Amino acid sequence: MADQAQLLPGTLDLLILKAASLGPLHGYGILLRIGQISGQALLIEQGALYPALFRLVRQGLLKASWGVSENNRRAKYYELTAAGRKRFREETEGWNRLATAMASALAAEPEEI
Amino acid sequence: MKLLGWFRSVLAKLFHAPEIADETDEELRSHIALRADDLERTGLDRAEAERRARIEFGGYGRFKEECHEALGGNFLETFLSDVRFSVRVLRKSPGFTVTAVLTLALAIGANAVVFSVMDALILHPQYAPDADTLYGLQHGSDNGFQSYPDYVDLRDRNRSFDGLAAFTVTEAGLDSGGNPSSAWVYEASGNYFDVLRIRPYLGRVFHGSDEHGPNSAPYIVLTYGYWHSHFHGDRSVVGRVVQVNKHPFTILGVTPPDFHGTLLFFNPDFFVPIVNHGQLDAEYDLNTRGVHWIFESLGHLKPGVTPAQATADLDTIGAYLKKAYPKEEGNVTYTLARPTLYGDYLGRPVEAFLAGLMLLAVLILLASCANLGSLFAARAADRSREVALRLALGSSRRRILRGLFTEAVLISLAGGATGLLGSVVLLRGLSTWRPFPEVPIHVPVNPDANVYLVALLLTLASGFLFGAVPVRQVLHTNPYEVVKSGSAGRAGRRLTLRDLLLVAQIAICAVLVTSSMVAVRGLVRSLRGNYGFDLRNILIMDTDLSMAGYRGDNVAAMQKHMIDAVAAIPGVERVGLADNVPLGSGTNESIVFTGSATDLRPSQAAANAIQYKVSPGYFRAAGTALLAGRSFTWHDDKNSPRVAVVNEEFARKIFGSVAKAVGGYYKMQDGTRVEVVGVAEDGKYESLTESQWPAMFLPILQLPSSSTFLVVRSKRDPQSLTAAIRRAMRALDPALPVIIQTRYQRMDFALFGPRIATVALGILGLLAAVLAITGIFGMAAYLVSRRLRELGIRMALGAQRKEVLQAALGRAFKLLAIGSVAGLVLGLLATRVLGYIVYQATPRDPLVLAGVVLVMLLLGLVATWIPAQRALSVDPLILLREE
Repeated sequence: MADQAQLLPGTLDLLILKAASLGPLHGYGILLRIGQISGQALLIEQGALYPALFRLVRQGLLKASWGVSENNRRAKYYELTAAGRKRFREETEGWNRLATAMASALAAEPEEI
Repeated sequence: MKLLGWFRSVLAKLFHAPEIADETDEELRSHIALRADDLERTGLDRAEAERRARIEFGGYGRFKEECHEALGGNFLETFLSDVRFSVRVLRKSPGFTVTAVLTLALAIGANAVVFSVMDALILHPQYAPDADTLYGLQHGSDNGFQSYPDYVDLRDRNRSFDGLAAFTVTEAGLDSGGNPSSAWVYEASGNYFDVLRIRPYLGRVFHGSDEHGPNSAPYIVLTYGYWHSHFHGDRSVVGRVVQVNKHPFTILGVTPPDFHGTLLFFNPDFFVPIVNHGQLDAEYDLNTRGVHWIFESLGHLKPGVTPAQATADLDTIGAYLKKAYPKEEGNVTYTLARPTLYGDYLGRPVEAFLAGLMLLAVLILLASCANLGSLFAARAADRSREVALRLALGSSRRRILRGLFTEAVLISLAGGATGLLGSVVLLRGLSTWRPFPEVPIHVPVNPDANVYLVALLLTLASGFLFGAVPVRQVLHTNPYEVVKSGSAGRAGRRLTLRDLLLVAQIAICAVLVTSSMVAVRGLVRSLRGNYGFDLRNILIMDTDLSMAGYRGDNVAAMQKHMIDAVAAIPGVERVGLADNVPLGSGTNESIVFTGSATDLRPSQAAANAIQYKVSPGYFRAAGTALLAGRSFTWHDDKNSPRVAVVNEEFARKIFGSVAKAVGGYYKMQDGTRVEVVGVAEDGKYESLTESQWPAMFLPILQLPSSSTFLVVRSKRDPQSLTAAIRRAMRALDPALPVIIQTRYQRMDFALFGPRIATVALGILGLLAAVLAITGIFGMAAYLVSRRLRELGIRMALGAQRKEVLQAALGRAFKLLAIGSVAGLVLGLLATRVLGYIVYQATPRDPLVLAGVVLVMLLLGLVATWIPAQRALSVDPLILLREE
């Protein structure tokens, strides 16, 4: 647990969009997927996922439908809408720009200035 | 698109709220189940896996709520849950809730009543169409009286009014077949209804074209109320001929239900064309220019004409009249005013009075808000642990404040609704109230949408006002400190603004309690006082012979018949007759001169004396003692020398002493020499609090009057004679309308002022008492809850109940004592003012002093009862464990 990082504000939505972009998933599945793709490095409080999911549905970025899970439980599946895909691309670019900038800023050595 | 989506989800939420809650539940539960499945696969048993899954999930309720909020459209839902929560909280402390609601109910009710009266009388009097452009004429500063020829000139010569109408008020006898009754009549100019734009409810009204000189229009138009009460709403009444003062008049129609004439207080029974004045009132001639008997003239200003232009126009006519009739006309300048309260004559005092009342009502509301504010602060202090706990558990301060405000608004709404309901009942009563049965005086108020709106606004405003008091307390709550150490038990020692406010409230309450007690004592005393006539076993019968068509010598003959007829009734001891009775309704005054006076200008008069015209036997019937000389006999008539009986004051003022008065002479204004044959005891004539008037009694045989009051003294309960007197009168003349009252009832006019003053002081005193109670209650409750821990420690250390009470409530009682003493002193000073209204209002009355002290003590006890109980029931063990 110690090497898990606290999420930056605003990054949960982007992670959810990413997870959903890889295929329809139920809430628990999204949680697992985020853990899997981040190498278990990002900590998400389980319950906190749902308000974020509901918010994204309301914004029209995700759409939800009931289905049956692999172990035969009823669950709600989320997938990206067209608007969600577009937003996901924009936010990914934005994040990458920010990350690159941050990385190069933090990597700066005295002699480079 | 986004907005649409949001809107749809809001709608979906509103209409499918339970479904959504179920769905959210299902989804969250499915998450936990899936997680448990995974955990089970790692080797845990099912129960343990589920438990672990639930823990990992976190605060289920909180996330569910956040999900709902994320869906949007939850405002209504959180609001409803706030309301539900507040109702639950309030129901847990019924004492607080009831006190708060009642306080507000009284304050809002007072405001609603005063505002409705103000709205009805001044702001939006609804009495005629387009009332906004309707103006009454007044000349001088506040006088509307005109003579008929002047009115006609003003009507025909002005260029500012869209028609100018006039009316005067008179009493007349109406006989519609076997049931003569007296009625109040507007004698109105022919154009009256057309100028006011009143259309008939039934039949037709009269018009200017109906007038063709004196007594040419024998028509009457009934008001809706009179049509209902006296003609049972019979639609065939139109065209029927009835007798008015024994003259035939044809009923033309009925006015609409909401029209009661143009004077707000005074509702007439029917309307008669003013040209028929001669048949209704013989005293003033229609066409004499010098006699100003028309009550008021009024009309709509033409579009585009300003009041200033209109008065200039009227002044020009006034100047012309002065030039044309120099003998009758003086300098006249006109002003315009609202006609509804007889211009400024009543309008100004009524306006000032209502403005004062409104101010008072608003102050009462503010004071109760301040008191409720401290009550709320006390509660907030009580609940600081709860608040701190909720804050610590992650509730937002906004949510907590919203809860507090919801409570405040709920209380204020309940209080407002109760107050409004009470005020509607009160106003209904007020608008059907007739202070004097013989005069159609009304207070026309009906609460309308305006009033409800104002009440609602005041309610919400006051809710937010006192709800805001504990805000700072909540904002400054530091959850960790409170939970750790309990609330700070620091009791303020300084004199705060709140203390001063409370002392002021208590003092005002004491002033009002003192004055209302003085007023009640005075009122009781005034029913037993000596007024120069007897009150017990006396009946007064009142009529006017002109209503049954008596003129000239017929009047005196009929009056003699009346005396004889009533004297013959078994049980009647004595009968006297007069043109008016003391403390009845109004007096006649005239100036008198010494016997040797030659200069009879008013400025040289020796006295202004009240004048009664009485029959032989009047003094013994009325119970007025003769101090010297004789009373009148049937020989003191027109053929014998003029004589008078005067009162002591008159004798002293004109002759120096009672002894010198008998046999002395004085002069009336017309120069007649009158011999004083007797001196009667002094009495009260106009009001109970007047300073002594000189009075003279003249033989009615020498100065006939059609106005007739029979004073009947009986051996037994006078009430039982009423029917017999009525029968005797009907036998004499079936067309004569009579009113029979006891002497006490006849004093209603004289007692009206003191009664109203007493009732008003009583109501205000009650309001002030409630304010003082909530004020003290709020402060005591606050003090006790702030010092609960300290009290607990004291008790644990062995303090006695008395000491605990003193520690808890000493301050409240100290303030109560200061306020009461200040109020009592002020109240005693204030009763000097009361002395002008109430008979023998004296503060040096042990009963009053004891009463005030008792009432204030009781107030203190009632107000501190609950906090005292709480302070005494402190269980140190529980308290110390909890904190």
